[in-house]
Amino acid sequence: MSGALLSRLAGRLPLILGGAITACIIGTALVSQVWTPEAPTRMRFALKLKGPLAQGLLGTDHFGRDLTSMLMVGAWNSLSIAVLAVLLGAMAGTLLGVTAAARAGIIDGAIMRLCDILFAFPAVLSAIMLGALMGPGALTAVVAIGVFMIPVFARVTRSAAAQVWARDYVLAARAAGKGAARITLEHVLPNIAGQIIVQVTIQLGLAILTEAGLSFLGLGIAPPAPSWGRMLADAQTYLTAAPHLALVPGIAIALSVLGFNLLGDGLRDLIDPRRRLAA
Amino acid sequence: MFRLVLRRGAGLVLTLLVMSLAIFLVMEVLPGDPAAIQLGTSGRADTLAALRQSMGLDQPAVVRYLAWISGMLRGDFGTSFTYGVPVAGLIAERLAVTLPLALMAIVLSTAIALPLGVIAAARNGTAVDHGATLFTQICVAVPNFWIGLVLILLFSSQLGWFPAGGFPGWEAGLGAGLKALLLPAVALALPQSAILARVTRAAVLDVLNEDFVATARAKGLNRSAALWRHVVPNALVPVVTIMGLQFSFLIAGAVLVENVFVLPGLGRLAFQALAQRDLLVIRDVVLLFAGLVVVVNFLVDMAYLALDPRLRGRA
Repeated sequence: MSGALLSRLAGRLPLILGGAITACIIGTALVSQVWTPEAPTRMRFALKLKGPLAQGLLGTDHFGRDLTSMLMVGAWNSLSIAVLAVLLGAMAGTLLGVTAAARAGIIDGAIMRLCDILFAFPAVLSAIMLGALMGPGALTAVVAIGVFMIPVFARVTRSAAAQVWARDYVLAARAAGKGAARITLEHVLPNIAGQIIVQVTIQLGLAILTEAGLSFLGLGIAPPAPSWGRMLADAQTYLTAAPHLALVPGIAIALSVLGFNLLGDGLRDLIDPRRRLAA
Repeated sequence: MFRLVLRRGAGLVLTLLVMSLAIFLVMEVLPGDPAAIQLGTSGRADTLAALRQSMGLDQPAVVRYLAWISGMLRGDFGTSFTYGVPVAGLIAERLAVTLPLALMAIVLSTAIALPLGVIAAARNGTAVDHGATLFTQICVAVPNFWIGLVLILLFSSQLGWFPAGGFPGWEAGLGAGLKALLLPAVALALPQSAILARVTRAAVLDVLNEDFVATARAKGLNRSAALWRHVVPNALVPVVTIMGLQFSFLIAGAVLVENVFVLPGLGRLAFQALAQRDLLVIRDVVLLFAGLVVVVNFLVDMAYLALDPRLRGRA
């Protein structure tokens, strides 16, 4: 194989690897909705705390539930909360970002200050506050994670949109009498869509990480629905007796986040090859 | 310069006020009465009314907001229902754990990230660089509380070198305190260091292409002298920015890691307040944490103005 082809392949490695990992995780999550080796909530006290391969592929937890099945359904729960949260953050953030770029001055300033304030509320803090008021659950987790993502998307969108606004074709469109809203819809959004998609991919990884933290604290989806974070919280009690309970869900979380991060990096290189040289 | 600092300072105060108003409104608008939440389902109507009165909930919202803010300004954070002690003392006690923990994590992550990022950039494209990239990719993806669990498994369950959690208090001596905080700080620092190392690498690569670096080499400085004397100081600005922005994640991480290691810090206080439905404590801690994030970023901004005169004109 020629060196040039090899180095091109190496350059695409994040995209390929990230895509493959992400596809596996999404595939597992989808399959869990129609099939799991066992019912993930079925308790079998006679079979509790079995090691990997001793009972099922990955063993059982302190209630004798099948770890493989819990992990599979956990992928679905984790992904659905992450996807909803990122959708919330991306939609609200993009709306704020393009508005800030289109309306310079006071509105721009006000929106960006608002973003600074939102950014000071990590999801864990909002979730504790919302959880105390509304009770913990999937909705609390989605809102807490989503709100923290609003400023991230607003900042990325604003700087990307501002670059588009400086282009000649926008000037031409303005000269032709198009309003700010129409220019945003017809020129700005199509041109920044790629950057938003990259950001969505990377933030999905962060959302999975945050969701795991929230459900570790009991602020995620309500039991008995399995979640990776709560599996880790339960595992802490049996750390010495059954370390696999702590290792397996952690690896699942790390692998998913790694997959989305790599995919995001790969997509960014694909969309904007100049960044690859810079990075 | 003085006027600029004054203007930024006014902006900071305004931000903090808006922030406190936002927290107050969220607590106000969302269904859930602090007194009813505190009592749970067992509360009788007259008990509830008495508690509402003692918590000041029978006052109009504006009065309660002003009372809260003016109290906080005087250092009077109210009295915790669960603990029966002033919240201010409770918070001060917990800060004595959280602040050293955060500080240790910052120092550790910088100590890992700076050399790693600089060396990766200097050896751009080599095996060392790829190794550093692999390390950062993995550390960014791994949850800090899980690193905590693995560290407990390794260093306390297996090797027995460190306690599995808890905090002896600073009265037990500086060494014992630091020892109890070391594993949590490592768990907190590793993901942070990965992000910092990435930013450092990118920033150093950017500066390496500048003309003044070529000039430094041309006047006879060797590679490493040029790197550490001219490149690194100039690359620090974006690195410090990210350190400021990462503070938000550090706070979030502290809440989780403190709970893994059962450290009596501010994050654990917030979590316990949630379990005990002590909304007033939650409100104060949330404002304190969020305020801390804003203040840290303000200080980072100010540090730039001091370091880089070019920025003064723009702001």
